[in-house]
Amino acid sequence: MSLLDVRNVTLKFGGVIAVNNVSFSVEEGEVFALVGPNGAGKSTLFNLISRFYDPVEGEILFNGESLLKHPSHDIAKLGIARTFQNIELFEQATVLQNLLVGRHRFRKSNMLTELLFTPFVRNQERENRAAVEHVIDFLDLHAYRDKFIAGLPYGVRKVVEMGRALALEPKLLLLDEPASGLSVEETRDVAFWIEDIKNQMGVTVLMVEHDMHLVSAVSDRVLALADGKVLTVGTPQEVQSHPAVIEAYIGVDDEVAA
Amino acid sequence: MRILFKTSYDYDIRMFKHWYQARWYILLLVLAVAAPWLLGTFMVGEVTNVLIWALAGMGLMILVGQTGQASLGHAAFLAVGCYSNVILQERLGLPFILTFPLSGLIAGLAGVALAIPTTRLHGIYLAIATLAVSIMVEDLIVLAEPLTGGVSGLFAPDIEIFGLTINRYVDPELFYWLTLAIVVIVLYLYRNLLRSPLGRAFAAVRDSEISAQAMGVNVARTKAKAFGLSTAITGLAGALMGHFAGIFTHETFNILISIQMLLMIVVGGLGFIHGAFFGAVIIAFLPQALAIARDWVGTALGTGSVIVPGLENAVFGVILVLFILFEPMGIYGRWLKVRTYFELFPFYRRDMFRRQKSYLKTERMR
Repeated sequence: MSLLDVRNVTLKFGGVIAVNNVSFSVEEGEVFALVGPNGAGKSTLFNLISRFYDPVEGEILFNGESLLKHPSHDIAKLGIARTFQNIELFEQATVLQNLLVGRHRFRKSNMLTELLFTPFVRNQERENRAAVEHVIDFLDLHAYRDKFIAGLPYGVRKVVEMGRALALEPKLLLLDEPASGLSVEETRDVAFWIEDIKNQMGVTVLMVEHDMHLVSAVSDRVLALADGKVLTVGTPQEVQSHPAVIEAYIGVDDEVAA
Repeated sequence: MRILFKTSYDYDIRMFKHWYQARWYILLLVLAVAAPWLLGTFMVGEVTNVLIWALAGMGLMILVGQTGQASLGHAAFLAVGCYSNVILQERLGLPFILTFPLSGLIAGLAGVALAIPTTRLHGIYLAIATLAVSIMVEDLIVLAEPLTGGVSGLFAPDIEIFGLTINRYVDPELFYWLTLAIVVIVLYLYRNLLRSPLGRAFAAVRDSEISAQAMGVNVARTKAKAFGLSTAITGLAGALMGHFAGIFTHETFNILISIQMLLMIVVGGLGFIHGAFFGAVIIAFLPQALAIARDWVGTALGTGSVIVPGLENAVFGVILVLFILFEPMGIYGRWLKVRTYFELFPFYRRDMFRRQKSYLKTERMR
């Protein structure tokens, strides 16, 4: 059984078919990349899995269980974490607080015990902090721990967002363009981290990425999308040399076509 | 600048950063407890007023500063707290020690009831909805005359607590200490909230609903909790306000009070507990300062005291505009800057507190 199973999913915005009968499945322990030109429906697929959108047709299964009967705030509890294409951090909070929000799914205290800050809550806070410190170690965020997001450079924010998703201890990590806007060195760091997330943490990664170097460096399988439709699935090399993919990216040579 | 060497996670969990910081707050508390001996009877009354406003401000701060939900209707919850406290005492004969928490509970439940239909609204639309509630409650008080006394209002009875009878005019000191105790308790709960998961969930909802949701925060329920806590504390403030004023009508809690409350926390410093207190000082002492200034101007010009109707609100408005233009972080924000300047002297940079504008925000999906 695959970890994530997207079956014949279709989504329409008015007359526009954003995702058209898309099916794919992500196996446990692999890095699966979605590629395609702008507007192909990659981020829309992420938002479908996050349950921000309701598909018109189709089914999304996670661990054999349908995601469609869960509201969007349950998705994290099931073990799916995500980042956003344009960074959605909590700006007026510190890096540490941002990462701690990632621990929200492990919250066992309630409003009353928290208002009184009982020893139980205190212990829970210590455990959350210890878990978050592992993430800080992993992503080398020590220097920024007590800094407010509002003053941080773009590259660091990108890493913090990945850290917040990792603090959730997910089974499946959705990365929406983890390397967009990053320098060559930073992109290389991201590649190493994705490798480590897969190998050391045993987390399955589903990512959207435009940087084909990063995609071929880390992903096991690639799915190419265009205009909401699946073009092909395969290894990075297979997908890059697939004629339909080349056509979608570069277009067809008029003379050849004619 | 003091460098703190942290050796355990508890350093970041505990209430005060270090003993030096705690010392200042303990000193402040001692001064507050000793205030009746240090100040005259008139000033004790004024400080009580500040504390009650600060309590109301803390209530609104949880909603606006911590959770980012605008409310222009909090005077309605002052009214709910005030009326339910007095009605429960007069009609059912319950003692203050029961009616006071009950008034907070009733105001909190009213807030949750308001939150259920309005949490889908954002920004200006939420402000309008809460504004409507404020106006509605004012009319409801007039309509429910058998219970509320209609336009002639109600008298607050003397407080009977622990065998003491407290009338705010007869024993201003006792009433002051009672208010202080309540404020300190609420402060303690508020601080606990900020260091616990719910407080972080509030901040998450404030800064990005979409990613709060992706982190497993139930946005609608979190907002309802924020509304409930906020209006409960405001209701407690309302109950005290009733006893402080002695007599109150629907006009005691009109729409201007809602606006004043919002103004108070913005001028004080949005998002900081200190802000509620600084704002309360402004709100409580501005009328007095204006009266003194008026006399002074009158004497200087030789015209005698001049009465300008609506002057108070106009001055409030000017203060608000000046703060939004020149110090959006409020009085507490200004204090933070001054403190940092001296802590880092001579290394303070002008743009240290400048907020980076972020142009990249995921298009809101709802």
